[in-house]
Amino acid sequence: MRYDVIVIGAGHAGCETALASARLGARTLLLTMNLDNVALMPCNPSIGGPAKGHAVREIDALGGEMARNIDRTFIQIKMLNTGKGPAVQALRAQADKKLYSLAMKHTLERQPGLDLKQALVEEIRRDESELWVKTHLGQTYQARCLVITTGTSLNGRVIVGDRAYAAGRSGELPALGLSQSLKNMGFTLGRLKTGTPPRIDARSIDFSKTIVHPGSDVPLYFSQGPSLLPVLHASNPLYPPGPDTSWRPQLPCYQVHTNPQTHEIIRQNLDRAPLFNGLIQGIGPRSCPSIEDKIVKFAGKTSHPLFLEPEGWETNEVYVQGANTSLPEDVQLALLRTIPALERVEMMRVGYAIEYDYVPPSQTSSSLESKLVPGLFFAGQINGTTGYEEAAGQGLIAGINAARKALGKPPLILRRDQAYIGVMIDDLVTRELTEPYRLLTSRAEFRLLLRQDNADLRLTPIGHELGLVGKERLEAVEAKRQVTLDGLARLQKVCVNPDKDTVALIARYGMAPLESNMTAAEFLRRQGVTYDALAAMGIAPDGYSPEVREQVEIEAKYAGYIARQRAAVERVRRLEERRIPDDFDYDSVGGLRYEAQQKLNRFHPATVGQACRVEGVTPADISLLLVHLERRRRTG
Amino acid sequence: MEQFRNLFDYSLAYLTRQAGLRRKVIDDTIAAISTPIGEGGIGIVRLSGPEAFPIVGRLFTGKLVPRRLAYGHIVDPANGETVDEVLATWMPTPHTYTREDVVEINCHGGPLPLQRILELVLSEGARLAHPGEFTLRAFLHGRIDLAQAEAVLDMIRSKTDASRRLALNGLQGRLSGQVKGLRQSLLNCLAYLTARIDFPDDEVEEREILPSLEAAHEEVARLIDSARAGIIYRQGVRVALVGRPNVGKSNLLNALLKRERAIVSPLPGTTRDTLEEAIDLSGVPFVLIDTAGIGVTADPLQPVAAERSRQALEQADLVLMVIDLSQPLTPEDRDIWQMVRGKQCLIAANKCDLPARAELGATLSQRSEDSVSEGLSKDGAAWPKLTVSALTGQGLPELESAMVSHVLGGRVSASDELLVSNPRHQQALARARQCLGRALSGVKDGLPDDFITMDLTDALNALGEITGETASEDLLDTIFSQFCVGK
Repeated sequence: MRYDVIVIGAGHAGCETALASARLGARTLLLTMNLDNVALMPCNPSIGGPAKGHAVREIDALGGEMARNIDRTFIQIKMLNTGKGPAVQALRAQADKKLYSLAMKHTLERQPGLDLKQALVEEIRRDESELWVKTHLGQTYQARCLVITTGTSLNGRVIVGDRAYAAGRSGELPALGLSQSLKNMGFTLGRLKTGTPPRIDARSIDFSKTIVHPGSDVPLYFSQGPSLLPVLHASNPLYPPGPDTSWRPQLPCYQVHTNPQTHEIIRQNLDRAPLFNGLIQGIGPRSCPSIEDKIVKFAGKTSHPLFLEPEGWETNEVYVQGANTSLPEDVQLALLRTIPALERVEMMRVGYAIEYDYVPPSQTSSSLESKLVPGLFFAGQINGTTGYEEAAGQGLIAGINAARKALGKPPLILRRDQAYIGVMIDDLVTRELTEPYRLLTSRAEFRLLLRQDNADLRLTPIGHELGLVGKERLEAVEAKRQVTLDGLARLQKVCVNPDKDTVALIARYGMAPLESNMTAAEFLRRQGVTYDALAAMGIAPDGYSPEVREQVEIEAKYAGYIARQRAAVERVRRLEERRIPDDFDYDSVGGLRYEAQQKLNRFHPATVGQACRVEGVTPADISLLLVHLERRRRTG
Repeated sequence: MEQFRNLFDYSLAYLTRQAGLRRKVIDDTIAAISTPIGEGGIGIVRLSGPEAFPIVGRLFTGKLVPRRLAYGHIVDPANGETVDEVLATWMPTPHTYTREDVVEINCHGGPLPLQRILELVLSEGARLAHPGEFTLRAFLHGRIDLAQAEAVLDMIRSKTDASRRLALNGLQGRLSGQVKGLRQSLLNCLAYLTARIDFPDDEVEEREILPSLEAAHEEVARLIDSARAGIIYRQGVRVALVGRPNVGKSNLLNALLKRERAIVSPLPGTTRDTLEEAIDLSGVPFVLIDTAGIGVTADPLQPVAAERSRQALEQADLVLMVIDLSQPLTPEDRDIWQMVRGKQCLIAANKCDLPARAELGATLSQRSEDSVSEGLSKDGAAWPKLTVSALTGQGLPELESAMVSHVLGGRVSASDELLVSNPRHQQALARARQCLGRALSGVKDGLPDDFITMDLTDALNALGEITGETASEDLLDTIFSQFCVGK
């Protein structure tokens, strides 16, 4: 069977890849080893958070699926970091894992041009023009482009205490043949590690000894497009529902704390901890430390927070956020039972660590196509990242670019000033990975421009141009942009005078007194002044939608900071746009220091901007590079 | 050795990843002193880039007309003080050396007005040019042809080497030590705020960052003041006085300084530390570095002192090798000569008031190679040898003028780098102060945390240009080592 694009793996990366590819008109095959586990959330039941939530909105604006899927299936949502600045506010939702998976499966099934099949891929290879896939039953498929999104399955090894066994995820087969195929093609593989906490039985939790964390009492959605009907379920009578949120039924999370007794049990059993006794070789993410790691590294801390998160409306399974561990089962149970609310707790699934192969992304280009094998793309954990959102973001880009390549079009590469997804991929292809890569707001130097509230304004035009976003949605976004600009222009024109009426109004709203005339925009910049207050005072138009009000307020209030970041983007634009030919030979650049030469040869950056970000490359090296590029250009 | 990156690097280092490539070679406006140091009549400060015209416009009282010399004054906008009477030329793009807008300010040639004017254009938004950057731009904009590209490369390479040596000085200087402490304290504040932003569920203990920010702000202001007063960084052509023990290096230094500075005694090895003194000879700034004698003495501290001397030698732009004319040359003299090989060198034959026993008199004046001074030459051309007496002052004027002509004659690279360290550091400190000021008022005005992190990041970037450290990885390291976050 012949396709334009084949995708191996139907996790969060693979689903976005397959949908994007098919929606762009490429005949697409999605292979998964278990059709019941499409878009599975093998670790935490949540989507979003700082930077990750931003990426989900970007996926949405580009025509991806994750935002819409979680909006339909969340059992709780909230806005984090309110009050810490517009750039770092982020949505986070708790999913019903099963519903999330099912809803995604149904979307895949209904997608024209996409075949969804269950098969374990044993081997891949390449001939002159096509990539071949062979399944465990001997069936072969071929395609112009192949995207590997196999997550932790590559040579996966699950570890609990002194037990270790080969597995893709808990309870799933590992992909052994694929690792070998990649090595045969010439790829270097690395090894990483991650882990997950135990799941406990809701019946065995004393919720009266916990702190409740309810969902938002105002409507919130990831998708900035038209709203979808939620998929709801009757909820589990054994899981306390928390306060009523009228706009949509939600389930709360519950918080508990570890105590010195908990820590003592962990300490006594460190010799049985695979993380410390040498059983685990791979490197885990620092942003996702195991509980034993926390106890060892922060010995002085007497208590750590744990969050009990429901895995669905009806299930008894509760995820213990913060207790990720690979300690033996008996130790896991004992440590949980030191916590008052969990004195009689029963575990339903045991926490575990998993080691897996990844393809260090110095071998991958910004389009997510491998440098070694044309037409072969990688996305998700195989690139060394961690997290569903990171995987989905890459999956979307890989799907877009695989389809575009198959259809003879140039790739989409998002810049660092355009999207968190751009920041992530740029980081991956220019930096040595020392741990699984997670998106953080602090990784985005232009984060004030990459807000979650303006993801639609930033990326919908791109999504539309690609053919993933419809005209209606583009028009809605452009209308929002226009009204926002009008609103900002009006604020510049309207003057606020300290006349009697205004002074009285300002006092009534509890704002600092006005000493002199200023524009409404300047007035809005003052501490404590909001757009809503201006509208209520009759200074600013009242008719705008909440989304427009938000845009106008942020753009006016933080105009100075935003202008500085825009200027910083402009300063580097020329370098970012200056391309380095793929066949550029760094050995020919005389005077380049050895270290720089080696690093540049390894990463082969696509632009001078990227070359600047390769570690160990100095401005002097860049100057030499520029001279050589120019010389090459002139001599042809 | 990784931290000893060259000046190129650490003038720019950090922003490559965290804040973009702001300080790398790009189309911003650059400035430098483009004439050698010295009281050579006039000196030129040259600017190139899109902002060259507006920047000078803000400082210059005259009217800039394309390709005409304009008369006027450079005035400090901060206090209205007139800095110098100058002639300025505006050359609009593209018919200029770099093909960008170029403005040249011809001012009085002393180091002081030149440096003040350079500081002013930098504070108005220009960036200090890297070595060879004007030429680099000329090439990149197609102004010079392919054949000249090689010359550009050579210049970047050789100037980078020179810069690396200066960077070494800077890194070992007290400034960078103080800046490092400052950076750490700011990094802690930034890590605290960032941990709370990126890990909102984790219970990061509340901290008060205002006192740290205020302290840092004051410290930066203090550094700026002291840097201005020249306390921290002495600049000029670094001249190391080297020689075996008791040939009279300290005496010679004192004679040059015309005052007692070094502790002088007839005991060999009296100078254990290196001493630095700034002098001004015919308008050229020099830093004289007295070193401990290099050689074999019974003193157990000697190896340490000798190491320091070697370091001073390494960092010197010019070496003044002192030999004792009243003693026969020894193998030690020749060893020292081996060490100064490859450096720019003057030989001072001291104690010419005593009977000459080094059998050098004739050969020195003839500048020929002979059995005694066979090692004292390089590539067939002998370094200038001057007979002096530190005691009587005999020969000192000749020595001084030899030093000056060595510099102005171009043998010692007296290009802009010799002046850059100070303005570059001051520029970085000034930016750090500005960012910290914003962060402080932000905290006081209740601006959301994220804006404070942006200002702190900018401040750290500025300080990182002095120490050559990058903050993005530092930041994550600090977060994960100080706060128990993530799950």
